[in-house]
Amino acid sequence: MMKKVHSKILSIVGNVITVKAKGAAYEELAEVRSHRGKSLAQVIKIDKNLVSLQVFAGSRGVSTNDQVVFLGHPMKVSFSEDMLGRVFDGSGRPRDKGPSLAENTIEISGPTVNPVKRTIPERMIRTNIPMIDLFNSLVVSQKLPIFSTSGEPYNELLARIALQAEADMIILGGIGLKYDQYLFFKKRIEEGGALSRSVFFIHTASDPVVEGLMVPDLCLAVAEKFALQNKDVLVLLSDMTNFADALKEIAITMEQVPSNRGYPGDLYSQLAKRYEKAVEFEDAGSITVLSVTTMPGDDVTHPVPDNTGYITEGQFYLRAGSIAPFGSLSRLKQQVNDKTRKDHRAIMDGMIQLYAQYRDTEEKRSMGFKMSSWDRKLLKYGKLFESKMMDLTVNIPIEKALDNGWQILSECFEPEETSFRTDLIKEFWPEPQSHRKKRNTENNE
Amino acid sequence: MQKFGKIVAISGNMITVEFGESVSQNEVGYVVVGRQRLKSEVIRISQDTASMQVFEDTKGIKVGDKIEFSGEMISVELGPGLLGQVYDGLQNPLHDLAKECGVFLPRGRQLEAIDNQKKWHFRPKEKIKGKKVSAGQPLGYVEEGIFKHFIFVPFSVKGDLTVTELSSEGDYKVKDKIAILKSQDGNTIEVTMVAIWPVKIPISAYNQKLTPQEPLITKMRILDTFFPVAKGGTYCIPGPFGSGKTVLQQLISRYADVDIVILAACGERAGEVVETLKEFPKLKDPRTGRSLMERTIVICNTSSMPVAAREASVYTAATLGEYYRQMGLNVLLLADSTSRWAQALREISGRLEEIPGEEAYPAYLESRIAEFYERAGHIQLPFDAKGSLTIGGTVSPAGGNFDEPVTQSTLKVVGAFHGLSRDRANARKYPSVDPLQSWSRYQTPLDKERVKKAREVLIKGDEVNQMMKVVGEEGTSIDDYQLYLKADFLDTVYLQQNGFNPIDAATDIERQVYTFDKIFSILDTEFSFSDKDHARTMFYQLRSLFIDWNYTEIDSNKYKKLEKKINNFLNSQKHKEEDDEESS
Repeated sequence: MMKKVHSKILSIVGNVITVKAKGAAYEELAEVRSHRGKSLAQVIKIDKNLVSLQVFAGSRGVSTNDQVVFLGHPMKVSFSEDMLGRVFDGSGRPRDKGPSLAENTIEISGPTVNPVKRTIPERMIRTNIPMIDLFNSLVVSQKLPIFSTSGEPYNELLARIALQAEADMIILGGIGLKYDQYLFFKKRIEEGGALSRSVFFIHTASDPVVEGLMVPDLCLAVAEKFALQNKDVLVLLSDMTNFADALKEIAITMEQVPSNRGYPGDLYSQLAKRYEKAVEFEDAGSITVLSVTTMPGDDVTHPVPDNTGYITEGQFYLRAGSIAPFGSLSRLKQQVNDKTRKDHRAIMDGMIQLYAQYRDTEEKRSMGFKMSSWDRKLLKYGKLFESKMMDLTVNIPIEKALDNGWQILSECFEPEETSFRTDLIKEFWPEPQSHRKKRNTENNE
Repeated sequence: MQKFGKIVAISGNMITVEFGESVSQNEVGYVVVGRQRLKSEVIRISQDTASMQVFEDTKGIKVGDKIEFSGEMISVELGPGLLGQVYDGLQNPLHDLAKECGVFLPRGRQLEAIDNQKKWHFRPKEKIKGKKVSAGQPLGYVEEGIFKHFIFVPFSVKGDLTVTELSSEGDYKVKDKIAILKSQDGNTIEVTMVAIWPVKIPISAYNQKLTPQEPLITKMRILDTFFPVAKGGTYCIPGPFGSGKTVLQQLISRYADVDIVILAACGERAGEVVETLKEFPKLKDPRTGRSLMERTIVICNTSSMPVAAREASVYTAATLGEYYRQMGLNVLLLADSTSRWAQALREISGRLEEIPGEEAYPAYLESRIAEFYERAGHIQLPFDAKGSLTIGGTVSPAGGNFDEPVTQSTLKVVGAFHGLSRDRANARKYPSVDPLQSWSRYQTPLDKERVKKAREVLIKGDEVNQMMKVVGEEGTSIDDYQLYLKADFLDTVYLQQNGFNPIDAATDIERQVYTFDKIFSILDTEFSFSDKDHARTMFYQLRSLFIDWNYTEIDSNKYKKLEKKINNFLNSQKHKEEDDEESS
């Protein structure tokens, strides 16, 4: 089929160009050939014979007599085992020095999974981070963002979870990623020996903004194919706030009515369309999505974290270098935390409640109120909790974390001061040193 | 005669279509893309073009593509076989679709909503042949599960008709002719077991709407006692994310004392629907002992499904609810979340380039919300029965701030407000309904005065608590402290309920009355305490006794034992006081 070349660009506004063309299909892909090279563009509006396209490489330098060639198909990505270990950009072209892949292309942003074909997720993902495993267990097929502010080590956390999670595949999508962060991810994954089961789609902060829009769809389309081949795939997206900002830019260029702080009214649907790709198939693999959502001004009511929170199955707040015990939530934890150890739920609730009391006491202390003996116990407890549970350098399996939990409790409180069930206390409460000695001597006799 | 049109513009899920002769507002048309036919709806007409929203992904549509108009509005099929089904927003049966098309939802595939082949045992109404009937009167019934599913004189007919033919008792398919009616002007109407009804028009084949008075027991103590809902009434549950809206809706859908529950999962997570889909068939309806799914219909248009269909889904749910109400049943429609529906309206309005109202919601948002909730009601049917449709909608306010347009428009029209609070959820106080902020215009089934007094305790206790944050415990008087402890006690042992405990998760009304009275007697007693530690210890002990009591099956041995223990404990407190008085 002859591809038709159009060489009259009528308008260039922001990163959107409009050409006069017949027969263009909605969301069809086109190539814009300018003296800067070729760039992909996607049809985002058709009005009679006026076709508007968003240009992935940006409109900078595009001239009114540049050529626009419609490709006759929507955005696609090549899918094969050859992708493993490779790095691509936001248009799906190689970013590393490897060959470009054109075989076996698949459509991106495909249809939704029929809800009745989903399963109830019940496999826990072990991360060896107590604040996750013990207090907010991560579950296969979960979609969960890290809410954070710039400057927090969210990418470090993401990389660590990815490496410790033992997924079959890791797909990293960078949207507006700083170049050094990209290098960091690459190095960590290489060092962790996971490169051969990873695929990267990287859009860096220096790339044209629009190009970042495709990254989540590319990642998720590839993930979906791998998942259908029985793989447990972990998709990492950093940072989804940049994705939302790219949407905002296009919406405003297209003169859409903004709904909240300039973001388009369909922000929720756009985010949901991506996050809802997380799935566990009944007779195949799964997709788990972990993302980063930076909160401008640490404001959780900002439209991006707010809409995200309504879509995802919980969130981890990363504050002051650790995962905050309040606000952080895994909505799926109840599906798995009764299958680990029988003291899991009790420790999870009990320790958090005591930590909440510690926070109150800490507040009272800072206001100069008198500290009772109970208050002093709580203060000791709070410090131990922060250093042995919350500190992100702690790297232990959940069983050890539970044991540590009992240890901390017994160092600070008498059993009856906690609200644990009697049978759990009998089984798990560590014996004080003196008792143990006594029993040892008894046994010896 | 079939009418056609031609696409001239595409933007998102909105297309502009040139039509030849005529179209009507809200008419359904199909975009023909290759072999696929994509359902769309006319939402604006100006001169010779119509704006249509497409209920499917618009990828690949071109200018010049053909539209086939149907001449009908978006409609649903009403008839036996709806119960237990899982539909998308346009009544596409999802289980059948999965069987035909596998894991993914294919574009442009519409299957029969009601099984055409299944036979139902029809029993005609006696002595009706030759008689005059009117819209909404039963001609007979079939048994659908435990319910009598009436076959009606079509809801749309006007005036009286004569039954000229009526099939005898026997097994029929839903599209078999059941009766022939003759209208006064001589036209004949054939009646089958299936009726088609446009979703955006309420079914109004009833004599009159009654005031909703009879309480709808949800078995959630905080709701039934303090913020009750009446059968045929409306309520809303606004709450920020993570405050437990969906869990609350799920619990209500399980335990509420109604005949039929319709769940409209509108623009929310698919995972949540899955829990319902997988668990309901296994759970038993406490009233009938049958599977909960047999009394449930799920309308499922989750967040990644097309937006326009999300807009239609709440109407589909309301229509199915009205239909079962016509049979004299009590129906509860739970819409989760109405904000997603409002956002769908906003997206569509934006594409139409309408002048935006607050937060870019269309100016007609408020009237649309009002219209939707007005479909609820307790009605006197055209035969000797009453039915009700109760509507409860969750609202997901942006930023958790209730001052936003959807919450505010909803509060204007509903009868009860169950506001969820993030603070309560963070403190793991479930259900996280805020007892200070919420309200209800319906009557509590408990003692009104006592409930009012108990609520005052909560309010005053909260005031003391706020004060204590400033002046500290040592600066609070013992009487105030007692008030604070009482409020805390009422909150912990009565307002909070453990949804994971099979007994505590649902408290029927008799038990509520009994427990509340006992608690009220404690709230009503002025204890005298030597100091705050003493007061705290006593209330904490009482608290753990009551929690244990809540977890035991009513009238079991353990229940009685615990009650005795509570009584003894209270008596011993009183005796101690008397002793104290004697010694002083």
